[in-house]
Amino acid sequence: MNELLRRMLFLPDQASDYARQVDGLHYFIIITTMIAAAGVFATAIFFFVRYRRRADTDLTPHVEPRTIHEVVFVGLPLALFLVWFAIGFPQYAKLSLPPKDAMDVYVQGKKWMWKFAYPGGPNAIDTLRVPVGRPVRLLITSRDVIHSFYVPALRVKMDALPGRYTQSWFKAEKPGRYEIFCAEYCGLGHSAMLGELVVMPQEEFDTWIAEQRRGANAVAQDAAPSGERAMPAANVAEEGRRIASEQGCLKCHSVDGTRHIGPTWVDLYLRQEKLKDGKTVVADEGYLTKSMMDPAADIVAGYQNVMPTYQGKLSPPEVAAVVEYIKTLKTQAVRSGPSEGPVYESIPRPQ
Amino acid sequence: MPANTTYLAHHFESLEKQTYAARLGMWLFLATEVLLFTALFAGYGVYRYLYPEAFREASRGLETWIGFVNTLVLVTSSFTVAMGLERATRGDGRGTRLLFGASILLAVLFLGLKAVEYTHHFHAGELPGRFYTSDAVQGPGGPIFFALYFLITGLHAIHVVIGMTVLAVIGWRAGRGAYAAEYHVPVELGALYWHLVDLIWIFVFPLIYLI
Amino acid sequence: MNPSLARSEVPVWNPRNYLNSPETGLKSWLLTQDHKRIGVMFLVATTIAFALGGVFALLIRIELLTPGPTIMSAQTYNRMFTLHGVVMIFLFMIPAIPSGFGNFLVPLMIGAKDVAFPKLNLLSFYVYVAGALIALFGMIQGGADTGWTFYTPYSTTTITKVVPVLLGAFILGFSSILTGLNFIVTTHTMRAPGLHWTRLPLFVWSIYATSVIQILATPVLGMSLLLVAVEHAFGWGIFDPARGGDPVLFQHFFWFYSHPAVYIMVLPAMAVISEVVCAFSRKNIFGYKAVAYSSLGIAFVGFFTWGHHMFVSGQSAFNGGVFGVLSMFVGIFTAIKVFNWTATLYRGSILFATPFAYFVGFLFFLVFGGMTGIALATVSLDVHWHDTYFIVAHFHFIMVGATLMAFLAALHYWFPKIAGKRLPEGWGLVAAVMIILGFNFTFIPQFLLGNEGMPRRYFSYPEKFWPLNVASTAGASVLALGLVIVLVYTLVALKWGPIAGSNPWNSRGFEWDTPSPPPPENYETTPVYTHGPHQYDLPGVETPPAATPEPKHAS
Repeated sequence: MNELLRRMLFLPDQASDYARQVDGLHYFIIITTMIAAAGVFATAIFFFVRYRRRADTDLTPHVEPRTIHEVVFVGLPLALFLVWFAIGFPQYAKLSLPPKDAMDVYVQGKKWMWKFAYPGGPNAIDTLRVPVGRPVRLLITSRDVIHSFYVPALRVKMDALPGRYTQSWFKAEKPGRYEIFCAEYCGLGHSAMLGELVVMPQEEFDTWIAEQRRGANAVAQDAAPSGERAMPAANVAEEGRRIASEQGCLKCHSVDGTRHIGPTWVDLYLRQEKLKDGKTVVADEGYLTKSMMDPAADIVAGYQNVMPTYQGKLSPPEVAAVVEYIKTLKTQAVRSGPSEGPVYESIPRPQ
Repeated sequence: MPANTTYLAHHFESLEKQTYAARLGMWLFLATEVLLFTALFAGYGVYRYLYPEAFREASRGLETWIGFVNTLVLVTSSFTVAMGLERATRGDGRGTRLLFGASILLAVLFLGLKAVEYTHHFHAGELPGRFYTSDAVQGPGGPIFFALYFLITGLHAIHVVIGMTVLAVIGWRAGRGAYAAEYHVPVELGALYWHLVDLIWIFVFPLIYLI
Repeated sequence: MNPSLARSEVPVWNPRNYLNSPETGLKSWLLTQDHKRIGVMFLVATTIAFALGGVFALLIRIELLTPGPTIMSAQTYNRMFTLHGVVMIFLFMIPAIPSGFGNFLVPLMIGAKDVAFPKLNLLSFYVYVAGALIALFGMIQGGADTGWTFYTPYSTTTITKVVPVLLGAFILGFSSILTGLNFIVTTHTMRAPGLHWTRLPLFVWSIYATSVIQILATPVLGMSLLLVAVEHAFGWGIFDPARGGDPVLFQHFFWFYSHPAVYIMVLPAMAVISEVVCAFSRKNIFGYKAVAYSSLGIAFVGFFTWGHHMFVSGQSAFNGGVFGVLSMFVGIFTAIKVFNWTATLYRGSILFATPFAYFVGFLFFLVFGGMTGIALATVSLDVHWHDTYFIVAHFHFIMVGATLMAFLAALHYWFPKIAGKRLPEGWGLVAAVMIILGFNFTFIPQFLLGNEGMPRRYFSYPEKFWPLNVASTAGASVLALGLVIVLVYTLVALKWGPIAGSNPWNSRGFEWDTPSPPPPENYETTPVYTHGPHQYDLPGVETPPAATPEPKHAS
């Protein structure tokens, strides 16, 4: 019954008990609405036929309602509405009271990406990993304009407000991958601000988070001023970072994933870039070097040809250092493929 | 009834109904004006609740004596307007013109004092939002206070200017004998408008300067 | 007192009417103070706006035909839906029925020669034109891309030309205020002798309730739009979180107006329907007081429901509950009306003409639009539906479904009154069926899209939403074709339509007591009323013959 109605109404998967409860109310409302509407329309159609016009100047009796009519007209829908509300409101109230044992995740909306941070450092962009069967409290905020964090499969949505924290929570019961949308209009990339909720078994999640912690520590060590234990590659990358900021690269290319005048450098390495002329290239070392020497040759779709050439301004080792730096710019999330944002590759990005 | 034929519009049955309609229309218009300011007052209330310390401090930094004198000036101008209306009910158009003129002079005084106050703010850098350079109040409360301060007092000053224009036109017409003892609705409505402008200031003064 | 006498006459064109006297030149129209001419000018202007908004809507639907970019860029798309919203709401729906039909009919229905302030009425029209031109200027300059809701801080930081559009909407608000003020004063002071409040046509009751909302809510909207404009232009930081401002405060201000504004659009629609249902079932309204007072009830409660737009903005569960329950009362008042309209048909004499077809469509859209509204007010379901296509479908059912149906019903019912010509009945029914079906095919898929989770204002979408989007676009094209048919035969009928005669529907609404088209002064002698409108139990009070407007109610 649940499954049949869910499919008839095009509702997405129910990834939590809460979603199932909300859908229960949904079905109840749909069914009562249909019965009530059928009653009204059947009556109306009966009247159309029974009392159709016979002469242009028919006289009709003057009918006045009795009090009981109006009482029924008010009382019946009111009773029905209050029953609906009595079911719906406790669900809403529940959504605003996260359980005490909930795991916290900090959610930050930003034009046009989602950033998820777990206590203790690990964080991810556009992919929210949670263990199955454990309540998760989301502490949601925004860096720029209002966004809205929305997981249809959980029937949960909460606005991300700049300068404020809002909260919501869920307990996913079914492992799987679910879509995350931004539901509040936020500009050009609004419909591309997609994310993914990955509900995984507790052990897998524990392994993943432990890996992330290690990774975070390693990065922290790299950045340590002593520099003794630092790997040579990190030195080159550090040199690349310095060059990139000196040469003004970072004025146009962000290193935090934001869309700026030029494409972001985050996850750029080995990314498939769609070019203006419709071709696709993989952003390997060759492409990155070529783009510095002859920027106008392969413009990524959606960007303007404004970058000056660095031919002669950068020596080959410097170019290599910048490329190495770009290679280090990876989001923490473990990604299978080199896609830029979320994993729904069929979605064309806006111009 | 000569008055009826002179002042009655074609679509009204009687002068009483026409007068009643004009008054009702004016009161409704005043209600919309009040609501216009109410939105700003509500905003002021919200931010005062969010930043109580900063608002108290910023408010203390204002020149209360200017606000106080301005209140006196406006109340006096309302009084002269009321006297002007009283002259009009007796058919003394010249008296109305004289008293309305006095009110306009008081309004000019009000605006002058307001300008002195604004100059102070400019020099002290107490300006709205990103133009705020004063260090008198820490945190974001100060700039917001001055944003609301300039919006409320600025909008009120615009209303004062409109009110002055209304008084000038009506006073001038009254002086030329356009109205009579049995028909002086425009004078009455103009006076009502001026009282509203005054009344709004009566709310603005304690809200911004005193509490 | 023989009712057949008036009917059997060949329809006669009223020779001295507001269209040809006192003058016919363009100047006499532009400087007119006649409420009928101003009403007609409003109708023409709002119809143009409706056509413009309709073109935007079609472009949006074409863009959404495929998951990726179809005919425009994301930037253009964002501007397009903003302009669609702004034009349809501020330029068409808010003024169309009150300022257009209301202007024409309210004085006729209360036996007055004109509205209380004819000059203000004309001013209201020019303020409307000015506001529309400024908004149009903004559109030509690139247009805003904020959505018609202008949510901060997006609207204060966008690089598009949001300020002219805001100013345009601000100025249009003044037109709305002036018209509302005029109607309230007119209803209070201009009623003919004997027309007590309990005899007032329900159309006037609803327009009165609408005017109250216009007066009370519009100034707040004006102020908040002005604040956004100031913020966008100068950066004063009132709504800017970076400067300590509160972006959600704007939503409170905005919906304090814009929620009641929904009733500015729907109450006039209910006004029209209350007349149409009586005229075409030849029955007095069932439960006059209930219908009249529920209009006031909606106007009143509408001011306390704005928070239901912010169930997911982080307000407390308690607030959510209060706003949810209050929103349900609007549903109660609407339900009262629906039941009473249906009950009016009981023992009537129903003529299934074009206006009645639109009444049926109206009933359908109002029932389902209303019920989905109540479902949204259960709060927990709103969390899922908020800002998805479900909301889009819901408010199109109410605001467009109901309001557009009423607008078209009014057009077909009163066209003989306004132009003195008849519209073709056969084409009318064909177009009505197309419009009602097309409308359902456009928006029922959108309800399902919302269920499925597609957020609104999406330029591109995952492929699983594709089939329903195609269905919606297909429906929209049928809807558009139906509307074009209406436009074409209306324009044809203006010139070549058959003469309608004074009262082609044999209606006993008060506006038909004067010949069609009405003479410039409406009534030569002020009528005296002894009973309410639409009393079909009394024999022989059909309307007077065309040339001699002798009011039959005169005592």
